[in-house]
Amino acid sequence: MDVITNNLDLWGEVLVGTLILFFGGGLVALILGTIVGAMRVSPIPVARAVGTIYVNIIRNTPLTLVFFAFAFALPPILGLRLTGDVSLTLAISALGIYTATYVAETIRSGINTVPVGQAEAARALGMTFGQVMGFVVMPQAFRSVIPPMMSVFIALLKNTTVAAGFSVVNLGSIRNYLSERGENQFIVILWVMAIFVALVLVLSFVQRTLENRWKVAR
Amino acid sequence: MTSVLYDVPGPRAIARNRVLGVLTVLVVAGVLGFIVWRLIETGQFTAEKWQAFTYTNVWVQIALSAWRTLAAFGVAAVGALVLGFVLAIGRLSDHAWIRIPVGAVVEVLRAVPVLIFMFLLYYGLPVLGIRMESYWAVVIALVAYNGSVLAEVIRAGVESLPRGQSEAGYAIGLRKAGVMRLVLLPQAIRAMMPVIIAQLVVTLKDTALGFIITYPELLFYARYLGSQSTYGSPIVPMTIVVGSIYIALCLLLSLIATVVERRLRRSPRAPGVTRADVAAHQITDTQVIGAQSAADIAAARRGLGKYDGTSGGGAV
Repeated sequence: MDVITNNLDLWGEVLVGTLILFFGGGLVALILGTIVGAMRVSPIPVARAVGTIYVNIIRNTPLTLVFFAFAFALPPILGLRLTGDVSLTLAISALGIYTATYVAETIRSGINTVPVGQAEAARALGMTFGQVMGFVVMPQAFRSVIPPMMSVFIALLKNTTVAAGFSVVNLGSIRNYLSERGENQFIVILWVMAIFVALVLVLSFVQRTLENRWKVAR
Repeated sequence: MTSVLYDVPGPRAIARNRVLGVLTVLVVAGVLGFIVWRLIETGQFTAEKWQAFTYTNVWVQIALSAWRTLAAFGVAAVGALVLGFVLAIGRLSDHAWIRIPVGAVVEVLRAVPVLIFMFLLYYGLPVLGIRMESYWAVVIALVAYNGSVLAEVIRAGVESLPRGQSEAGYAIGLRKAGVMRLVLLPQAIRAMMPVIIAQLVVTLKDTALGFIITYPELLFYARYLGSQSTYGSPIVPMTIVVGSIYIALCLLLSLIATVVERRLRRSPRAPGVTRADVAAHQITDTQVIGAQSAADIAAARRGLGKYDGTSGGGAV
Protein backbone atom coordinates (compact mmCIF):
# COMPACT_ATOMS: atom_id res chain seq x y z
CA MET A 1 0.00 0.00 0.00
CA ASP A 2 2.96 2.30 0.68
CA VAL A 3 3.78 2.17 -3.00
CA ILE A 4 0.52 3.99 -3.68
CA THR A 5 0.25 6.33 -0.70
CA ASN A 6 3.84 7.56 -1.05
CA ASN A 7 3.42 8.36 -4.73
CA LEU A 8 -0.17 9.53 -4.97
CA ASP A 9 0.78 12.35 -7.38
CA LEU A 10 2.22 9.90 -9.90
CA TRP A 11 -0.62 7.38 -9.63
CA GLY A 12 -3.14 10.14 -10.21
CA GLU A 13 -1.21 11.33 -13.25
CA VAL A 14 -0.97 7.90 -14.88
CA LEU A 15 -4.62 7.10 -14.15
CA VAL A 16 -5.65 10.34 -15.86
CA GLY A 17 -3.31 9.45 -18.74
CA THR A 18 -5.00 6.07 -19.17
CA LEU A 19 -8.47 7.65 -19.03
CA ILE A 20 -7.52 10.28 -21.63
CA LEU A 21 -6.25 7.56 -23.96
CA PHE A 22 -9.36 5.46 -23.30
CA PHE A 23 -11.94 8.19 -23.90
CA GLY A 24 -9.98 9.92 -26.66
CA GLY A 25 -9.30 6.68 -28.50
CA GLY A 26 -12.88 5.56 -27.89
CA LEU A 27 -14.29 8.76 -29.39
CA VAL A 28 -12.11 8.52 -32.51
CA ALA A 29 -12.97 4.82 -32.82
CA LEU A 30 -16.71 5.45 -32.48
CA ILE A 31 -16.78 8.19 -35.12
CA LEU A 32 -14.46 6.50 -37.61
CA GLY A 33 -15.95 3.06 -36.88
CA THR A 34 -19.50 4.26 -37.50
CA ILE A 35 -18.46 5.77 -40.82
CA VAL A 36 -16.63 2.62 -41.89
CA GLY A 37 -19.44 0.41 -40.61
CA ALA A 38 -21.96 2.45 -42.60
CA MET A 39 -19.73 2.12 -45.68
CA ARG A 40 -19.62 -1.64 -45.25
CA VAL A 41 -23.42 -1.99 -45.32
CA SER A 42 -24.05 0.73 -47.91
CA PRO A 43 -25.50 0.08 -51.37
CA ILE A 44 -22.41 1.64 -52.98
CA PRO A 45 -19.96 -1.04 -54.16
CA VAL A 46 -16.91 1.27 -54.03
CA ALA A 47 -17.65 2.30 -50.44
CA ARG A 48 -18.17 -1.35 -49.46
CA ALA A 49 -14.83 -2.30 -51.03
CA VAL A 50 -12.95 0.54 -49.31
CA GLY A 51 -14.51 -0.38 -45.96
CA THR A 52 -13.66 -4.06 -46.39
CA ILE A 53 -10.04 -3.36 -47.33
CA TYR A 54 -9.57 -0.98 -44.40
CA VAL A 55 -11.07 -3.42 -41.90
CA ASN A 56 -9.17 -6.44 -43.21
CA ILE A 57 -5.80 -4.73 -43.29
CA ILE A 58 -5.98 -2.98 -39.93
CA ARG A 59 -7.41 -6.04 -38.20
CA ASN A 60 -4.41 -7.99 -39.39
CA THR A 61 -1.97 -5.36 -38.19
CA PRO A 62 -0.55 -5.66 -34.67
CA LEU A 63 -1.52 -2.66 -32.53
CA THR A 64 2.15 -2.26 -31.66
CA LEU A 65 2.91 -1.84 -35.37
CA VAL A 66 0.21 0.84 -35.69
CA PHE A 67 1.75 2.65 -32.72
CA PHE A 68 5.22 2.16 -34.20
CA ALA A 69 4.17 3.73 -37.50
CA PHE A 70 2.46 6.65 -35.75
CA ALA A 71 5.24 7.30 -33.24
CA PHE A 72 8.33 6.77 -35.40
CA ALA A 73 7.43 6.90 -39.10
CA LEU A 74 4.74 9.59 -39.16
CA PRO A 75 6.63 12.45 -37.43
CA PRO A 76 9.42 12.60 -40.05
CA ILE A 77 6.88 12.33 -42.89
CA LEU A 78 4.68 15.13 -41.57
CA GLY A 79 7.61 17.07 -40.15
CA LEU A 80 6.26 16.95 -36.59
CA ARG A 81 8.26 17.85 -33.51
CA LEU A 82 7.71 15.24 -30.83
CA THR A 83 6.41 17.10 -27.79
CA GLY A 84 4.21 15.56 -25.10
CA ASP A 85 0.99 16.76 -26.71
CA VAL A 86 1.95 15.53 -30.17
CA SER A 87 2.85 12.10 -28.77
CA LEU A 88 -0.48 11.93 -26.97
CA THR A 89 -2.41 12.93 -30.10
CA LEU A 90 -0.55 10.33 -32.15
CA ALA A 91 -1.24 7.66 -29.52
CA ILE A 92 -4.96 8.51 -29.45
CA SER A 93 -5.08 8.38 -33.26
CA ALA A 94 -3.31 5.02 -33.31
CA LEU A 95 -5.71 3.56 -30.74
CA GLY A 96 -8.71 5.08 -32.53
CA ILE A 97 -7.76 3.87 -35.99
CA TYR A 98 -7.09 0.36 -34.69
CA THR A 99 -10.24 0.10 -32.56
CA ALA A 100 -12.42 1.64 -35.30
CA THR A 101 -12.22 -1.61 -37.29
CA TYR A 102 -13.72 -3.53 -34.37
CA VAL A 103 -16.41 -0.90 -33.88
CA ALA A 104 -17.24 -1.09 -37.60
CA GLU A 105 -17.54 -4.88 -37.50
CA THR A 106 -19.71 -4.77 -34.39
CA ILE A 107 -22.07 -2.27 -36.00
CA ARG A 108 -22.22 -4.29 -39.20
CA SER A 109 -23.04 -7.55 -37.45
CA GLY A 110 -25.56 -5.73 -35.27
CA ILE A 111 -27.40 -4.52 -38.35
CA ASN A 112 -27.15 -7.99 -39.84
CA THR A 113 -28.96 -9.50 -36.85
CA VAL A 114 -32.11 -7.58 -37.80
CA PRO A 115 -34.13 -9.85 -40.10
CA VAL A 116 -34.82 -8.43 -43.58
CA GLY A 117 -38.52 -9.18 -43.03
CA GLN A 118 -38.67 -6.47 -40.35
CA ALA A 119 -37.67 -3.76 -42.80
CA GLU A 120 -39.84 -5.22 -45.54
CA ALA A 121 -42.84 -5.26 -43.26
CA ALA A 122 -42.17 -1.65 -42.30
CA ARG A 123 -41.88 -0.62 -45.95
CA ALA A 124 -45.06 -2.53 -46.72
CA LEU A 125 -46.82 -0.38 -44.12
CA GLY A 126 -45.73 2.64 -46.12
CA MET A 127 -43.11 3.95 -43.72
CA THR A 128 -40.50 6.29 -45.11
CA PHE A 129 -36.78 5.51 -44.96
CA GLY A 130 -36.43 7.62 -41.82
CA GLN A 131 -39.29 5.85 -40.11
CA VAL A 132 -38.01 2.40 -41.08
CA MET A 133 -34.61 3.24 -39.63
CA GLY A 134 -35.79 5.17 -36.59
CA PHE A 135 -38.66 2.98 -35.43
CA VAL A 136 -37.81 -0.51 -36.66
CA VAL A 137 -34.24 -1.26 -37.67
CA MET A 138 -32.03 0.91 -35.45
CA PRO A 139 -33.74 0.19 -32.11
CA GLN A 140 -33.22 -3.54 -32.68
CA ALA A 141 -29.71 -3.20 -34.07
CA PHE A 142 -28.67 -0.84 -31.27
CA ARG A 143 -29.71 -3.29 -28.58
CA SER A 144 -27.83 -6.21 -30.06
CA VAL A 145 -24.78 -4.00 -30.65
CA ILE A 146 -24.38 -2.78 -27.05
CA PRO A 147 -22.89 -5.90 -25.37
CA PRO A 148 -20.26 -6.67 -28.06
CA MET A 149 -19.47 -2.94 -28.22
CA MET A 150 -18.69 -3.01 -24.52
CA SER A 151 -16.31 -5.91 -25.19
CA VAL A 152 -14.57 -3.75 -27.79
CA PHE A 153 -14.18 -0.97 -25.22
CA ILE A 154 -12.86 -3.35 -22.59
CA ALA A 155 -10.23 -4.42 -25.12
CA LEU A 156 -9.50 -0.76 -25.86
CA LEU A 157 -8.95 -0.10 -22.16
CA LYS A 158 -6.40 -2.91 -22.00
CA ASN A 159 -4.79 -1.75 -25.25
CA THR A 160 -4.07 1.71 -23.84
CA THR A 161 -1.09 0.13 -22.05
CA VAL A 162 0.71 -0.31 -25.39
CA ALA A 163 1.22 3.48 -25.38
CA ALA A 164 3.68 2.92 -22.52
CA GLY A 165 6.17 1.64 -25.09
CA PHE A 166 5.99 4.95 -26.94
CA SER A 167 6.61 7.39 -24.08
CA VAL A 168 3.01 8.33 -23.37
CA VAL A 169 2.12 8.51 -19.68
CA ASN A 170 -0.42 5.89 -18.61
CA LEU A 171 -0.83 3.02 -16.15
CA GLY A 172 1.55 0.90 -18.20
CA SER A 173 4.42 3.36 -17.82
CA ILE A 174 4.29 3.98 -14.05
CA ARG A 175 6.64 1.06 -13.52
CA ASN A 176 9.35 3.09 -15.21
CA TYR A 177 8.90 6.18 -13.05
CA LEU A 178 8.53 4.35 -9.77
CA SER A 179 11.61 2.21 -10.35
CA GLU A 180 13.54 5.49 -10.62
CA ARG A 181 12.14 6.42 -7.20
CA GLY A 182 13.46 3.09 -5.94
CA GLU A 183 10.11 1.37 -5.40
CA ASN A 184 9.68 -2.39 -5.63
CA GLN A 185 8.73 -3.00 -9.28
CA PHE A 186 7.08 -6.33 -8.56
CA ILE A 187 4.62 -4.75 -6.13
CA VAL A 188 4.02 -1.81 -8.47
CA ILE A 189 3.09 -4.10 -11.36
CA LEU A 190 0.83 -6.19 -9.12
CA TRP A 191 -1.02 -3.00 -8.20
CA VAL A 192 -1.36 -2.04 -11.85
CA MET A 193 -2.81 -5.50 -12.54
CA ALA A 194 -5.26 -5.10 -9.66
CA ILE A 195 -6.39 -1.71 -11.01
CA PHE A 196 -7.00 -3.22 -14.42
CA VAL A 197 -8.96 -6.13 -13.00
CA ALA A 198 -11.09 -3.61 -11.07
CA LEU A 199 -11.64 -1.36 -14.11
CA VAL A 200 -12.55 -4.33 -16.30
CA LEU A 201 -14.96 -5.59 -13.63
CA VAL A 202 -16.68 -2.19 -13.61
CA LEU A 203 -16.99 -2.19 -17.41
CA SER A 204 -18.32 -5.75 -17.51
CA PHE A 205 -20.82 -4.89 -14.80
CA VAL A 206 -22.07 -2.03 -16.98
CA GLN A 207 -22.13 -4.44 -19.91
CA ARG A 208 -24.26 -6.98 -18.07
CA THR A 209 -26.65 -4.36 -16.75
CA LEU A 210 -27.21 -2.88 -20.21
CA GLU A 211 -27.52 -6.36 -21.70
CA ASN A 212 -30.26 -7.33 -19.28
CA ARG A 213 -32.08 -4.05 -19.62
CA TRP A 214 -32.05 -4.01 -23.42
CA LYS A 215 -32.46 -7.66 -24.27
CA VAL A 216 -34.34 -8.02 -27.54
CA ALA A 217 -37.45 -10.10 -26.99
CA ARG A 218 -38.11 -12.25 -30.02
CA MET B 1 -30.57 -6.62 -53.84
CA THR B 2 -32.71 -5.83 -50.81
CA SER B 3 -31.30 -5.50 -47.36
CA VAL B 4 -32.59 -4.31 -44.03
CA LEU B 5 -31.23 -0.90 -44.82
CA TYR B 6 -32.28 -0.25 -48.38
CA ASP B 7 -34.58 -1.46 -51.12
CA VAL B 8 -33.77 -2.21 -54.73
CA PRO B 9 -32.65 1.24 -55.94
CA GLY B 10 -34.80 3.17 -58.35
CA PRO B 11 -33.44 5.62 -60.95
CA ARG B 12 -32.96 8.45 -58.44
CA ALA B 13 -31.25 6.23 -55.91
CA ILE B 14 -28.97 4.83 -58.61
CA ALA B 15 -27.91 8.34 -59.60
CA ARG B 16 -27.32 9.33 -55.97
CA ASN B 17 -25.32 6.16 -55.30
CA ARG B 18 -23.13 6.95 -58.28
CA VAL B 19 -22.37 10.42 -56.94
CA LEU B 20 -21.56 8.99 -53.50
CA GLY B 21 -19.34 6.35 -55.13
CA VAL B 22 -17.36 9.00 -56.98
CA LEU B 23 -17.11 11.01 -53.76
CA THR B 24 -15.70 7.98 -51.91
CA VAL B 25 -13.09 7.43 -54.61
CA LEU B 26 -12.09 11.10 -54.45
CA VAL B 27 -11.69 11.08 -50.65
CA VAL B 28 -9.66 7.87 -50.65
CA ALA B 29 -7.49 9.06 -53.53
CA GLY B 30 -7.00 12.35 -51.69
CA VAL B 31 -5.79 10.66 -48.48
CA LEU B 32 -3.48 8.25 -50.32
CA GLY B 33 -2.24 11.04 -52.56
CA PHE B 34 -1.42 13.21 -49.55
CA ILE B 35 0.60 10.40 -47.95
CA VAL B 36 2.53 9.69 -51.15
CA TRP B 37 3.13 13.42 -51.65
CA ARG B 38 4.55 13.75 -48.12
CA LEU B 39 6.69 10.64 -48.66
CA ILE B 40 8.16 12.13 -51.85
CA GLU B 41 8.46 15.59 -50.31
CA THR B 42 10.48 14.29 -47.36
CA GLY B 43 12.70 12.23 -49.65
CA GLN B 44 11.60 8.80 -48.47
CA PHE B 45 11.91 7.32 -51.97
CA THR B 46 15.50 8.40 -52.56
CA ALA B 47 18.12 5.73 -53.12
CA GLU B 48 19.96 6.84 -50.01
CA LYS B 49 17.05 5.89 -47.74
CA TRP B 50 16.81 2.46 -49.30
CA GLN B 51 20.51 1.63 -49.60
CA ALA B 52 20.36 -0.47 -46.45
CA PHE B 53 18.29 -3.01 -48.34
CA THR B 54 21.11 -3.64 -50.82
CA TYR B 55 23.12 -5.42 -48.12
CA THR B 56 22.69 -9.14 -47.67
CA ASN B 57 23.33 -8.83 -43.97
CA VAL B 58 20.32 -6.56 -43.47
CA TRP B 59 18.07 -9.12 -45.09
CA VAL B 60 19.65 -11.90 -43.04
CA GLN B 61 18.88 -9.89 -39.90
CA ILE B 62 15.31 -9.26 -41.06
CA ALA B 63 14.88 -12.98 -41.68
CA LEU B 64 16.32 -13.78 -38.26
CA SER B 65 13.96 -11.27 -36.61
CA ALA B 66 11.01 -12.76 -38.49
CA TRP B 67 12.13 -16.16 -37.29
CA ARG B 68 12.18 -14.93 -33.69
CA THR B 69 8.66 -13.54 -34.14
CA LEU B 70 7.50 -16.89 -35.47
CA ALA B 71 9.38 -18.82 -32.79
CA ALA B 72 7.58 -16.90 -30.05
CA PHE B 73 4.27 -17.33 -31.88
CA GLY B 74 4.66 -21.08 -32.46
CA VAL B 75 5.49 -21.97 -28.87
CA ALA B 76 2.87 -19.53 -27.52
CA ALA B 77 0.16 -20.91 -29.83
CA VAL B 78 0.77 -24.54 -28.81
CA GLY B 79 1.00 -23.57 -25.15
CA ALA B 80 -2.18 -21.48 -25.32
CA LEU B 81 -4.12 -24.35 -26.93
CA VAL B 82 -2.97 -26.78 -24.23
CA LEU B 83 -3.71 -24.32 -21.42
CA GLY B 84 -7.05 -23.49 -23.04
CA PHE B 85 -8.18 -27.11 -22.93
CA VAL B 86 -6.98 -27.59 -19.36
CA LEU B 87 -8.73 -24.45 -18.12
CA ALA B 88 -11.91 -25.18 -20.11
CA ILE B 89 -12.18 -28.69 -18.69
CA GLY B 90 -11.42 -27.34 -15.22
CA ARG B 91 -14.15 -24.74 -15.55
CA LEU B 92 -16.64 -27.36 -16.75
CA SER B 93 -15.82 -29.61 -13.81
CA ASP B 94 -18.59 -30.95 -11.58
CA HIS B 95 -16.53 -30.22 -8.49
CA ALA B 96 -16.95 -26.71 -7.17
CA TRP B 97 -13.48 -26.72 -5.60
CA ILE B 98 -11.97 -27.04 -9.11
CA ARG B 99 -14.52 -25.01 -11.04
CA ILE B 100 -14.47 -21.86 -8.92
CA PRO B 101 -10.68 -21.32 -8.57
CA VAL B 102 -10.14 -22.10 -12.27
CA GLY B 103 -12.92 -19.67 -13.14
CA ALA B 104 -11.28 -16.96 -11.04
CA VAL B 105 -7.88 -17.58 -12.68
CA VAL B 106 -9.43 -17.37 -16.16
CA GLU B 107 -11.23 -14.12 -15.37
CA VAL B 108 -8.13 -12.48 -13.91
CA LEU B 109 -5.88 -13.57 -16.76
CA ARG B 110 -8.37 -12.21 -19.28
CA ALA B 111 -8.69 -8.90 -17.50
CA VAL B 112 -4.97 -8.12 -17.25
CA PRO B 113 -3.41 -6.52 -20.36
CA VAL B 114 -0.84 -8.82 -21.98
CA LEU B 115 1.80 -6.10 -21.86
CA ILE B 116 1.40 -5.68 -18.09
CA PHE B 117 1.81 -9.43 -17.69
CA MET B 118 5.00 -9.26 -19.76
CA PHE B 119 6.23 -6.43 -17.51
CA LEU B 120 5.51 -8.57 -14.46
CA LEU B 121 7.56 -11.44 -15.86
CA TYR B 122 10.40 -9.37 -17.29
CA TYR B 123 10.75 -6.46 -14.83
CA GLY B 124 8.82 -7.66 -11.77
CA LEU B 125 10.09 -11.17 -11.16
CA PRO B 126 13.83 -10.25 -11.06
CA VAL B 127 13.01 -8.47 -7.79
CA LEU B 128 12.19 -11.90 -6.38
CA GLY B 129 15.37 -13.32 -7.89
CA ILE B 130 13.73 -14.98 -10.89
CA ARG B 131 15.29 -13.84 -14.14
CA MET B 132 14.15 -14.91 -17.56
CA GLU B 133 14.99 -14.01 -21.14
CA SER B 134 12.64 -11.63 -22.90
CA TYR B 135 11.67 -14.55 -25.15
CA TRP B 136 10.17 -16.48 -22.26
CA ALA B 137 8.46 -13.42 -20.84
CA VAL B 138 6.74 -12.92 -24.22
CA VAL B 139 5.82 -16.59 -24.60
CA ILE B 140 4.53 -17.11 -21.05
CA ALA B 141 2.43 -13.94 -21.10
CA LEU B 142 0.93 -14.87 -24.46
CA VAL B 143 0.19 -18.43 -23.29
CA ALA B 144 -1.50 -17.19 -20.12
CA TYR B 145 -3.70 -14.61 -21.84
CA ASN B 146 -4.63 -16.51 -24.99
CA GLY B 147 -4.98 -19.76 -23.07
CA SER B 148 -7.62 -18.20 -20.84
CA VAL B 149 -9.45 -16.68 -23.82
CA LEU B 150 -9.39 -20.02 -25.66
CA ALA B 151 -10.68 -21.72 -22.52
CA GLU B 152 -13.77 -19.51 -22.65
CA VAL B 153 -14.19 -20.21 -26.37
CA ILE B 154 -14.01 -23.99 -25.87
CA ARG B 155 -16.30 -23.83 -22.85
CA ALA B 156 -18.86 -21.83 -24.80
CA GLY B 157 -18.63 -24.45 -27.57
CA VAL B 158 -19.22 -27.33 -25.17
CA GLU B 159 -22.05 -25.62 -23.30
CA SER B 160 -23.82 -24.73 -26.51
CA LEU B 161 -24.24 -28.38 -27.51
CA PRO B 162 -27.72 -29.81 -26.94
CA ARG B 163 -28.06 -31.66 -23.64
CA GLY B 164 -29.10 -34.75 -25.55
CA GLN B 165 -25.52 -35.19 -26.70
CA SER B 166 -24.07 -35.81 -23.24
CA GLU B 167 -27.20 -37.65 -22.08
CA ALA B 168 -26.86 -40.05 -25.00
CA GLY B 169 -23.20 -40.51 -24.12
CA TYR B 170 -24.05 -41.43 -20.54
CA ALA B 171 -26.91 -43.65 -21.72
CA ILE B 172 -24.55 -45.86 -23.69
CA GLY B 173 -22.38 -46.23 -20.58
CA LEU B 174 -19.58 -43.72 -21.12
CA ARG B 175 -18.01 -42.08 -18.10
CA LYS B 176 -17.54 -38.34 -17.67
CA ALA B 177 -14.11 -38.39 -19.32
CA GLY B 178 -15.42 -40.44 -22.21
CA VAL B 179 -18.40 -38.17 -22.80
CA MET B 180 -16.11 -35.14 -22.79
CA ARG B 181 -13.39 -36.67 -24.98
CA LEU B 182 -15.50 -38.66 -27.45
CA VAL B 183 -18.73 -36.71 -27.68
CA LEU B 184 -18.56 -33.10 -26.53
CA LEU B 185 -15.06 -31.82 -27.33
CA PRO B 186 -14.91 -33.02 -30.96
CA GLN B 187 -18.16 -31.23 -31.75
CA ALA B 188 -17.27 -28.13 -29.77
CA ILE B 189 -13.86 -27.84 -31.46
CA ARG B 190 -15.42 -28.33 -34.85
CA ALA B 191 -17.96 -25.58 -34.27
CA MET B 192 -15.44 -23.23 -32.73
CA MET B 193 -12.53 -23.81 -35.14
CA PRO B 194 -12.83 -20.42 -36.90
CA VAL B 195 -12.91 -18.60 -33.56
CA ILE B 196 -9.92 -20.61 -32.32
CA ILE B 197 -7.85 -19.74 -35.40
CA ALA B 198 -8.92 -16.10 -35.09
CA GLN B 199 -7.53 -16.14 -31.57
CA LEU B 200 -4.26 -17.54 -32.93
CA VAL B 201 -4.10 -14.51 -35.24
CA VAL B 202 -4.40 -12.37 -32.12
CA THR B 203 -1.51 -14.33 -30.60
CA LEU B 204 0.63 -13.64 -33.67
CA LYS B 205 -0.26 -9.95 -33.53
CA ASP B 206 0.57 -9.73 -29.85
CA THR B 207 4.08 -11.09 -30.33
CA ALA B 208 4.82 -7.55 -31.51
CA LEU B 209 4.41 -6.43 -27.88
CA GLY B 210 7.77 -8.11 -27.32
CA PHE B 211 9.27 -5.02 -28.95
CA ILE B 212 8.39 -3.01 -25.83
CA ILE B 213 10.21 -5.40 -23.49
CA THR B 214 13.23 -5.51 -25.87
CA TYR B 215 12.59 -8.92 -27.40
CA PRO B 216 14.56 -8.67 -30.69
CA GLU B 217 11.69 -9.36 -33.08
CA LEU B 218 10.84 -7.57 -36.35
CA LEU B 219 9.85 -4.18 -34.91
CA PHE B 220 12.89 -4.15 -32.66
CA TYR B 221 15.18 -4.58 -35.63
CA ALA B 222 13.23 -1.98 -37.61
CA ARG B 223 13.78 0.52 -34.80
CA TYR B 224 17.46 -0.38 -34.53
CA LEU B 225 18.27 -0.11 -38.25
CA GLY B 226 15.92 2.84 -38.68
CA SER B 227 18.04 4.92 -36.33
CA GLN B 228 21.38 4.10 -38.03
CA SER B 229 22.53 7.38 -39.54
CA THR B 230 25.13 5.61 -41.72
CA TYR B 231 22.16 4.30 -43.75
CA GLY B 232 20.41 7.70 -43.63
CA SER B 233 18.09 6.73 -40.73
CA PRO B 234 15.70 4.70 -42.91
CA ILE B 235 12.93 4.43 -40.30
CA VAL B 236 10.15 4.99 -42.84
CA PRO B 237 11.40 2.37 -45.36
CA MET B 238 11.99 -0.06 -42.49
CA THR B 239 8.44 0.48 -41.21
CA ILE B 240 7.08 -0.17 -44.69
CA VAL B 241 9.10 -3.37 -45.17
CA VAL B 242 8.66 -4.83 -41.68
CA GLY B 243 5.03 -3.77 -41.52
CA SER B 244 4.33 -5.55 -44.80
CA ILE B 245 5.93 -8.72 -43.45
CA TYR B 246 3.83 -8.58 -40.29
CA ILE B 247 0.59 -7.89 -42.15
CA ALA B 248 1.34 -10.62 -44.70
CA LEU B 249 1.90 -13.18 -41.94
CA CYS B 250 -1.34 -12.25 -40.17
CA LEU B 251 -3.34 -12.15 -43.42
CA LEU B 252 -2.04 -15.62 -44.26
CA LEU B 253 -3.24 -17.00 -40.93
CA SER B 254 -6.60 -15.23 -41.29
CA LEU B 255 -6.92 -16.73 -44.77
CA ILE B 256 -6.45 -20.19 -43.30
CA ALA B 257 -9.23 -19.42 -40.81
CA THR B 258 -11.57 -18.44 -43.64
CA VAL B 259 -10.74 -21.55 -45.65
CA VAL B 260 -11.29 -23.82 -42.63
CA GLU B 261 -14.58 -22.10 -41.91
CA ARG B 262 -15.81 -22.48 -45.48
CA ARG B 263 -14.79 -26.13 -45.57
CA LEU B 264 -16.55 -26.79 -42.27
CA ARG B 265 -19.74 -25.26 -43.54
CA ARG B 266 -19.70 -27.46 -46.65
CA SER B 267 -18.40 -30.65 -45.08
CA PRO B 268 -20.84 -33.57 -45.48
CA ARG B 269 -19.28 -35.17 -42.42
CA ALA B 270 -20.48 -32.32 -40.29
CA PRO B 271 -22.96 -33.90 -37.92
CA GLY B 272 -26.42 -32.52 -37.25
CA VAL B 273 -25.06 -30.48 -34.41
CA THR B 274 -22.94 -27.87 -36.07
CA ARG B 275 -22.78 -24.18 -36.44
CA ALA B 276 -26.44 -23.57 -37.11
CA ASP B 277 -27.50 -25.59 -34.08
CA VAL B 278 -24.82 -24.16 -31.88
CA ALA B 279 -26.01 -20.73 -32.79
CA ALA B 280 -29.68 -21.57 -32.64
CA HIS B 281 -29.14 -22.87 -29.18
CA GLN B 282 -28.03 -19.52 -27.92
CA ILE B 283 -29.53 -16.95 -30.17
CA THR B 284 -32.86 -17.26 -31.83
CA ASP B 285 -33.56 -18.43 -35.36
CA THR B 286 -34.32 -15.01 -36.72
CA GLN B 287 -30.90 -13.86 -35.66
CA VAL B 288 -29.30 -16.85 -37.35
CA ILE B 289 -31.05 -15.93 -40.57
CA GLY B 290 -29.95 -12.36 -40.09
CA ALA B 291 -26.37 -13.22 -39.26
CA GLN B 292 -24.70 -13.66 -42.59
CA SER B 293 -21.47 -15.30 -41.62
CA ALA B 294 -20.05 -17.41 -38.89
CA ALA B 295 -18.16 -14.36 -37.75
CA ASP B 296 -21.41 -12.56 -37.24
CA ILE B 297 -22.79 -15.47 -35.29
CA ALA B 298 -19.66 -15.55 -33.22
CA ALA B 299 -19.91 -11.84 -32.57
CA ALA B 300 -23.57 -12.04 -31.75
CA ARG B 301 -22.92 -14.99 -29.52
CA ARG B 302 -20.10 -13.22 -27.80
CA GLY B 303 -22.42 -10.39 -27.07
CA LEU B 304 -25.76 -12.05 -26.51
CA GLY B 305 -24.82 -15.53 -25.38
CA LYS B 306 -25.15 -16.10 -21.72
CA TYR B 307 -21.94 -18.11 -21.77
CA ASP B 308 -19.58 -15.26 -22.15
CA GLY B 309 -18.68 -14.37 -18.66
CA THR B 310 -17.39 -10.98 -17.81
CA SER B 311 -14.24 -9.41 -19.11
CA GLY B 312 -14.65 -10.37 -22.77
CA GLY B 313 -13.06 -8.57 -25.63
CA GLY B 314 -10.81 -11.52 -26.09
CA ALA B 315 -10.63 -11.44 -29.83
CA VAL B 316 -9.37 -7.91 -30.04
